[in-house]
Amino acid sequence: MTVEKRGIVIIGGGPAGLAAAISARENGCEDVLLIERDRILGGILNQCIHDGFGLHTFGSSLSGPEYAGRFIDRFQELGINVMEGSIVLSLDENRVLSVSSREGYRVIQAGAVILAMGCRERTRGAISIPGRRPSGIYTAGAAQNLINLENIMVGKRVCILGSGDIGLIMARRMTLEGAHVEAVFELLPYSSGLPRNIQQCLNDFNIPLFLSTTITNIHGKDRLEGISVAQVGQDRCPIPETERYVPCDTLLLSVGLIPENDLSRDTGIELDPKTSGAIVDDAFMTSIPGIFACGNVLHVHDLVDWVSLEAASAGAFAANYVRGIKEGRSSIPVSAGEGIRYTLPQAISGRMDLTLSMRVSAPWRNRTIVIKDGETEIKRKRMVRLHPAEMIRVDLKANDIASCSRLEVSVE
Amino acid sequence: MKKGYDVTIIGGGVVGCAIARELSRYDLFVSLIEKESDVGLGTSSRNSGVIHSGINYKPGTLRAKVDVRGNKLMDKLCRDIKVKMKRIGKITVAKDEKDIPTLYRLKEQGEVNGVPGLKILDQKEMRKIQPGVSGISALYSPSSGIVCPYGLTIGLAENAHDNGVHFHLCQEVSSIETLTDGGFMIRMKSGTRLQTQVLINAAGLFADSICRMAGIEEYRIYPCRGEYYVLDKRLNGTIKTLIYPAPRTDDPGLGIHLTPTVDGNILIGPSAEYIEEHEDYACTAEIMKSLREEGHNLLPDLQMSDFIRNFSGVRPKLTPPEVGGNSDFVIEDRRDINGFINLAGIESPGLTSAPAIAEMVLSMVGDHLPLRPNVHFSPDRKGSPFFFSELPEEEKKQLISENPNYGEIICRCEKITKQEILDAINNPLGARTFVSIKYRARSGMGRCQGGFCMPRITKILRDEFGLSPEEFILRSRTSPLFVGKVREGDQK
Ligand SMILES: Cc1cc2nc3c(=O)[nH]c(=O)nc-3n(C[C@H](O)[C@H](O)[C@H](O)COP(=O)(O)OP(=O)(O)OC[C@H]3O[C@@H](n4cnc5c(N)ncnc54)[C@H](O)[C@@H]3O)c2cc1C
Ligand SMILES: Cc1cc2nc3c(=O)[nH]c(=O)nc-3n(C[C@H](O)[C@H](O)[C@H](O)COP(=O)(O)OP(=O)(O)OC[C@H]3O[C@@H](n4cnc5c(N)ncnc54)[C@H](O)[C@@H]3O)c2cc1C
Repeated sequence: MTVEKRGIVIIGGGPAGLAAAISARENGCEDVLLIERDRILGGILNQCIHDGFGLHTFGSSLSGPEYAGRFIDRFQELGINVMEGSIVLSLDENRVLSVSSREGYRVIQAGAVILAMGCRERTRGAISIPGRRPSGIYTAGAAQNLINLENIMVGKRVCILGSGDIGLIMARRMTLEGAHVEAVFELLPYSSGLPRNIQQCLNDFNIPLFLSTTITNIHGKDRLEGISVAQVGQDRCPIPETERYVPCDTLLLSVGLIPENDLSRDTGIELDPKTSGAIVDDAFMTSIPGIFACGNVLHVHDLVDWVSLEAASAGAFAANYVRGIKEGRSSIPVSAGEGIRYTLPQAISGRMDLTLSMRVSAPWRNRTIVIKDGETEIKRKRMVRLHPAEMIRVDLKANDIASCSRLEVSVE
Repeated sequence: MKKGYDVTIIGGGVVGCAIARELSRYDLFVSLIEKESDVGLGTSSRNSGVIHSGINYKPGTLRAKVDVRGNKLMDKLCRDIKVKMKRIGKITVAKDEKDIPTLYRLKEQGEVNGVPGLKILDQKEMRKIQPGVSGISALYSPSSGIVCPYGLTIGLAENAHDNGVHFHLCQEVSSIETLTDGGFMIRMKSGTRLQTQVLINAAGLFADSICRMAGIEEYRIYPCRGEYYVLDKRLNGTIKTLIYPAPRTDDPGLGIHLTPTVDGNILIGPSAEYIEEHEDYACTAEIMKSLREEGHNLLPDLQMSDFIRNFSGVRPKLTPPEVGGNSDFVIEDRRDINGFINLAGIESPGLTSAPAIAEMVLSMVGDHLPLRPNVHFSPDRKGSPFFFSELPEEEKKQLISENPNYGEIICRCEKITKQEILDAINNPLGARTFVSIKYRARSGMGRCQGGFCMPRITKILRDEFGLSPEEFILRSRTSPLFVGKVREGDQK
């Protein structure tokens, strides 16, 4: 089969892929090709018709499609090559991709690859909800797609499991479209969505949020008729005496996003069990040379602004890579200490400025993020509010870390 | 609906569909009635999918006879009707010395039943087949295998349909009248009536109700549920063969075990629990927990994210809970009711046995009606259902250039193309639910469980088949997926 040679190939045309492509081009790579499986660019933003995007980047609150539109304009201005309606089916460690579309089946050899495939939603099966299997149970994102893009209403009397942002946004959306949202139930003792979404999507519409509560049974042979819910104890197991029945015809699941790394796994890229994304260095390069990752496929973001920033960085490093500028080994490991769920990148070179991204493992007030090399403190950042739903970014200067041997991030 | 059928089958499970196909070889006017919107939505799609060898059944029983015969028929059948099957063999493992006599007893029993190729393996030989398996010795049965259970049922039905059998879906039989001048008048819940000379009861879990409608009181079905977990394809290849522990007298079932599927997933299960309601396909928190624990014991590499789905199936047992165990299959031509052929208690190994049961039933039908060959019969299922993702690259490239629908992926997890979805929607039986599409194309069966493809299939059904949102159903008319449009004025 004939193999086409390309410079940088980007898999995925969401905000990450777009920003990476633009940056790769702006950093001097003439041959950038973006491959997107949908018919249009924009990724998940196309179905996010609510506003709240771009506060950091553009200083104004845009809708998802508006935010994506700004990048798409720039992308087109630069005349970057794009294959839409094309899915990457495989990628090997020599950066050979197979791509399928209505136009044909192609094999491409890339100088560098940037993974920007986004994420998918966790399902009922993945969280093992007992009970029957009637119709009326959807992941929140699938419901959002049907309502916002297909003009199809999924139900009238709705319960939502999980307080992730998509679930919160859908609580408001369903209400605005005339459905009755009974409640949102969350297993954890705190919400996993952004505080502003709790206010604007639940409180403003008098939708109750029950924390430390989960679903214990699903009722209805054909269409969903109701759910049983119960409070959970410290061990997160349901307390039988608290079980109650809530009638509803629709259940939306907003129980977490998983970076879509099926392709990366088959390629043999090393993944981090904590992020479910690739292990990368401070150039966003994965364990396979010349393959980079950014955006939700690397770790799940809450704000699209950080996705775009991260992707722009990855794009620039990929442009360097194809030009033959290799960043060299990143031998300084970065690990998550007390109070930190994960940090990214997982290893750094110590030769350049970088931003560490991280999430905390529980909500706190008035704490300090501390970065240490053994006993030596490198940096501390005082935080009024720390919440697992909000990604934290800490900037480090090359000067500060040049002589480090390992870094540990923790909350004090 | 035309009235006088020669033969009518109640029940579109694997057994009813195998009978329908077998009868379609002859010049008979045959119909099949199924209460659900498609064939195979009951027990026949809710089992382990194992082609049993026949070592476990008492010599002389019907179960032993039809299982061994059904097993033999399976290769050609699956080739003809294009169904996935694999003869991966089975090892029945002796944990310690105590189990050794059991292996020899099973081997002898199997040989009496006519099971080919049985062999006792020492630990080394056993581990050559399945590396790392614990135990000291095993009985190897090379004729054991796996088959796609819903694929088999659908394949039999579609081929029977191609050969002239009438399928009446969404029709629940509610009464049976024995006509004085021979034959039966069958009434459906919908009000439809249908007349037939010979009537075959293949109603699975409801075989006893059908019996009662015909005036037979002696059977009662006790539903006994088995729950499963489906594991992600990530683990494909870790289980090379079927592995069962040597049965112990203190453990009545075959025990919870791992079963690879023809598509590369692994099943954990089934449990065994008598229940009240015949079609209560729920999964319960307690059993799910024990299955997860069992899974971690059997597969040390198992991760939480590997559990992608649960399901359950219900065994139509003739033995009440107090008695337990299994009773033999009932396959009888009722002398008291002329023309009524009755099948009851077809639990495991009913899937394996279905083709052989069909042969038995055919000969019974032959006692009532003349059997002249159907000169138009073709054993090959029309069309060529194959799985595009499993084709070599060059072939894929060729197919896409001929038909762009093969280039468009609708189900990202299983890599199912638009053409495969269209073929599934256009199936000959006219079943058009999401589950029908899923069982034919495998869409929505992967790790995202339809989150990605469901909206896309919805779009195809609306834009290319003109369905309105209210007409989209999961598995039956009573399980609608949507309530309507968000906004009336909109185009879509
Ligand atoms: C419902 C929802 C609401 C949100 N709300 C907000 C908000 O209010 N404010 C905010 O700032 N952020 C919000 N976010 C976060 C932000 O939108 C996301 O983090 C961001 O869109 C992620 O961008 P991405 O490019 O990594 O992924 P995506 O946008 O998911 O893009 C990935 C793209 O890759 C394509 N792709 C995947 N695999 C392949 C393949 N094999 N071949 C070809 N193409 C492929 C996909 O089709 C997709 O277009 C929200 C996110 C979601 C999901
Ligand atoms: C947990 C479990 C595991 C199993 N594992 C295996 C295995 O590994 N290997 C094996 O060989 N066998 C196995 N079996 C057994 C096998 O699945 C069954 O024996 C087989 O599927 C029975 O097929 P059937 O056609 O008789 O019944 P069914 O599939 O139940 O079909 C009967 C049909 O009749 C229809 N019907 C009922 N009442 C009416 C009515 N009034 N009007 C119209 N239609 C009606 C039903 O809707 C149903 O579709 C297993 C069974 C279970 C439960």
